[in-house]
Amino acid sequence: MPVTPADVLHIAALARLGVAPERVPSLVAELNGILAHMDTLSAAKTRGVVPVSSIGAAAQPLRADGGLPYPLARSLENFVPSMREGLLLVPRLATHEEAGEGA
Amino acid sequence: MTSPAVAAIAERYEMVVGLEVHVQLKTRTKAFCNCSSAFGAPPNTQVCPVCLALPGALPVLNVRAVELATRAAIALGCTVHGTSIFARKNYFYPDLPKGYQITQFDRPLATDGCVVIGTRADGSPITVGVTRVHMEEDAGKSIHDRYTAHTAIDLNRAGVPLIEIVSEPDMRSTVEAGAYLRVVKQILAYMDVSDVSMEAGSLRVDANVSARARGQTKLGTKTEVKNMNSFSAVERALDAEFIRQCGLLDRGEKVLQQTMLWDGATGQVRPSRSKEGSHDYRYFPEPDLPPLVLGAEWIEKVRSDLPERPAHRRQRYASDYGLSEKEIDVLAADIALSDYFEGVARQHGDAKVAGNWVMGEVSAALNARGIDIGDFRVRPADLSKLLNMVRDSMVSHSAAKRIFAIMAETGNLPEQIAQREGLLIVSDDAALREWITEVMAEHPAEAARFRSGEKKLQGVLVGFVMKKSKGSADPKRVNQLLAERTGT
Amino acid sequence: MTLPGSVEGRAARLATAVCKGAPAEDAIGRSYRRSEEIGAGADGLNIVLWQDEREAQEHARSVAHRIDEGESKLPLAGVPVAIKDNIATTTLPTTCGSRILEGYVSPFEATAVARLRAAGAVVVGKTNCDEFAMGSSTEHSAYGPTRNPIDPARVPGGSSGGSAAAVAAGIVPIALGSETGGSVRQPASFCGVVGIKPTYGRVSRYGLVAFASSLDQIGVFGRTVDDAALALEVIAGRDTLDSTSADRPVHRYRYEAGTTVKGLVIGVPKEYFPASLDPGIRELCERALEILRGLGATTREVSLPHTDLAIPTYYIIAPAEASSNLARFDGVRYGLRMTGDGLQGMYEATRSSGFGAEVTRRILLGTYVLSAGYYDAYYRKAQEVRSLIAQDFLDVFAAGVDVLFTPTTPTTAFPLGAKSDPYEMYLSDIFTATANLAGVPAMSLPIGMVEGLPVGGQFIAPHFGESRMLGAAYALEGVLATQAAP
Repeated sequence: MPVTPADVLHIAALARLGVAPERVPSLVAELNGILAHMDTLSAAKTRGVVPVSSIGAAAQPLRADGGLPYPLARSLENFVPSMREGLLLVPRLATHEEAGEGA
Repeated sequence: MTSPAVAAIAERYEMVVGLEVHVQLKTRTKAFCNCSSAFGAPPNTQVCPVCLALPGALPVLNVRAVELATRAAIALGCTVHGTSIFARKNYFYPDLPKGYQITQFDRPLATDGCVVIGTRADGSPITVGVTRVHMEEDAGKSIHDRYTAHTAIDLNRAGVPLIEIVSEPDMRSTVEAGAYLRVVKQILAYMDVSDVSMEAGSLRVDANVSARARGQTKLGTKTEVKNMNSFSAVERALDAEFIRQCGLLDRGEKVLQQTMLWDGATGQVRPSRSKEGSHDYRYFPEPDLPPLVLGAEWIEKVRSDLPERPAHRRQRYASDYGLSEKEIDVLAADIALSDYFEGVARQHGDAKVAGNWVMGEVSAALNARGIDIGDFRVRPADLSKLLNMVRDSMVSHSAAKRIFAIMAETGNLPEQIAQREGLLIVSDDAALREWITEVMAEHPAEAARFRSGEKKLQGVLVGFVMKKSKGSADPKRVNQLLAERTGT
Repeated sequence: MTLPGSVEGRAARLATAVCKGAPAEDAIGRSYRRSEEIGAGADGLNIVLWQDEREAQEHARSVAHRIDEGESKLPLAGVPVAIKDNIATTTLPTTCGSRILEGYVSPFEATAVARLRAAGAVVVGKTNCDEFAMGSSTEHSAYGPTRNPIDPARVPGGSSGGSAAAVAAGIVPIALGSETGGSVRQPASFCGVVGIKPTYGRVSRYGLVAFASSLDQIGVFGRTVDDAALALEVIAGRDTLDSTSADRPVHRYRYEAGTTVKGLVIGVPKEYFPASLDPGIRELCERALEILRGLGATTREVSLPHTDLAIPTYYIIAPAEASSNLARFDGVRYGLRMTGDGLQGMYEATRSSGFGAEVTRRILLGTYVLSAGYYDAYYRKAQEVRSLIAQDFLDVFAAGVDVLFTPTTPTTAFPLGAKSDPYEMYLSDIFTATANLAGVPAMSLPIGMVEGLPVGGQFIAPHFGESRMLGAAYALEGVLATQAAP
């Protein structure tokens, strides 16, 4: 399944990477070069094999509902690029409802 | 109530509705960190490396969120799975700090539930299936209109634990949709897992709606309807979208699969302007969280510790208190009011009287003040005391209402109010005789006619005595004393 | 393998001396002088990105104060340590070798760093690395490449090249790095130092800037096996801030120094000794095995049949997880913010300016393999093959093998700029990535030189079997040291 220039532009948009058009051809070549090596995977026999989803602790440890909030050694103003009256600022969304899923 | 416009269309087309409800769980801390999940703090003061998504931070799940989610799932009739998996839902939005939401995808906490939303004419229950209940985290808040050209973000809400309840597309009318929402809200309130307030944002609803010609079994194309902030908005939005879709179908046009937004100001739905096709969430299992494993005994304990469910309470009100269906409807609807009523009923002893007062005076007082029972100044014990005073003939019924009004205003105790206002029933003969004498003097014409044998004026004179005594005279005794005066 | 003028190789010895009253500032001062002498800065080897001598000395004094107040047994008292720049520290920046975090000083500290400091260690600098740990040469840092102290025309390996070089150059006896596909062991091999990748979950990831969450582990570099074992003891153990951190007791790894390898069964997987293996490296590996047999171990050829699938598997899973982990670098809450056309423009301008070419390539690859239509064929498939790779190890260890021994890398340190093809660079991880995929612990120690360049030999142990591989490593190191002594 070779990657096309349209694919690269699409996934760059999904990843908000802002890839310049002149870079697309070389990226297409690089990605296809890498993916060509991945084709060996499709030959591997994995019927009935459970995919690894967690290689570490067997079950998730749970945290008590309380305790002190994790501290910040310096306040937000020290590292947030833009704040006003305690709020974080970003350029206004072109369309408010754009892609927002959280209520 | 089905609107006439919808009723007309509904003869030819059937509405098919599924609802997705997001509910904030009432834990003290957030889902994955120890920040407070309380509402109302100054912006960005309840944040930490984890919910700010600082580089290197990691999530650790809140056990109480799991308990409440499990409780909700059980109360909604679901099977709770011993193992469930968290997943990442990847998308970019400024109030989503990590650039992904931790949620559950193909291995949710619970599936296959069911709620009863009503009864058919033949007595069979109307049910709506619950496809799944899963756990996830909330995003922060985006405020678009506060500053020009900017969106302001408050991340206090980012990471608050949610459950998402997805229904089967089993609802066939706006009425059924409204009933489902009210039943689910009531169950969750009874289970004490959430404040379930649409106004406060702890309960949110998205709808999936499609239309099909009556008799057709195949489902029509569905649209998603969002941005409804009350149950009535949901009802109106469903109607509007149904009418719109049927209009398209009538003209032979296709319904496009898209997201529609409800505009409460205009009463219309319009398509969302977000780019379609950009919603590839690239779900994959969350590598920072091993599977959530719940033992069977643990799940059983949550089940056996469930607070009383609405259906059970209704049954109990009927059998223990002898209340009617209608009375139970009112008294059991809201858990807080219901608990209040029971407090009064148990302490006073007469559930009917308690019920009447709660449905009557108490509800009126709450409405007048625009408050909830939780903010009401009259405690169940105090109201119970007042009712005891009525029962024991210490105050008259009308005096009790006046006392209650003052209690609602001041929060003071009924005995004190009654004394201060002179509302305690006076049965002392001397005092009563004095009032009778005064009344006779003030109303010589009526007095004379009464003395000369016109018995029907006794009631009038009693009334004057009651008025003079500001309702505190014992009417029975006044009658007896007056009767003596005529010598009969 | 000690370069002239180095700080003493035994951190434990230094700590004991400081606990007994030796001035803590001395070793710290020597570290900074050594750093200057060797040219660890940007115009030299470019090993250290950020340092603050005054603050480090202040910290050394506070350690001395703690000892005065009665804390007499600090295991790393006054020991200078270097930290890879993708691990959060609160006084020095954490840039991950990227422009997108230029100047970012974390408001919280990684658990591993906190444990080192609680043990009395003094952080003397943050070391250079491939951007977001993506690379095998430390040539992909936005702050310039790091040069191998052994031969400055060559790479130190990557992605933890700066930390490996810091130990090799004698600036510190102990440094922290991170592993996702071999990023501690491979530079350890290239620089002639010891490097340990613990079992997945052995060391907390809290504060390690995530690259591939199911593969990442903080690892340690040491001048000697003892230095590395000591550092591992200090940082290992359950952390309630990391849900993947294992609830297993931490052994006293340094106690393995005395254990015998008599009766130890060492597996030699044939897939790691292909015909194309550099003859010099092969010879050194065989010599090491010979030494171990001489000490009473037995060796046995074994097979890890799915080894050839490791690189494709790794290069699907790691970029996929990375594409998600790096989404948080969006200019909203910290780091670089560039303006563009509205919000989306801000995202794109920030991320295109802030990320380098290799990171961009991997995010694209990762996004692609997770995207609709490709998830099953790539990501899900890779996780299934990963299961097979992990099973290879379980099978071999269940069949009576105690540890495995292999070369760490197929080559010695290559020249800067030598590997321009991305996939060719990925093949540097060919002997190391399997351990990350399986979650098993592995380590590299120097076993000799080929044409003046260090060669590393690798031990791989079962899950939580760090003691076993350290025992073998201590023994091998001991014999090699006596053989090398003039």
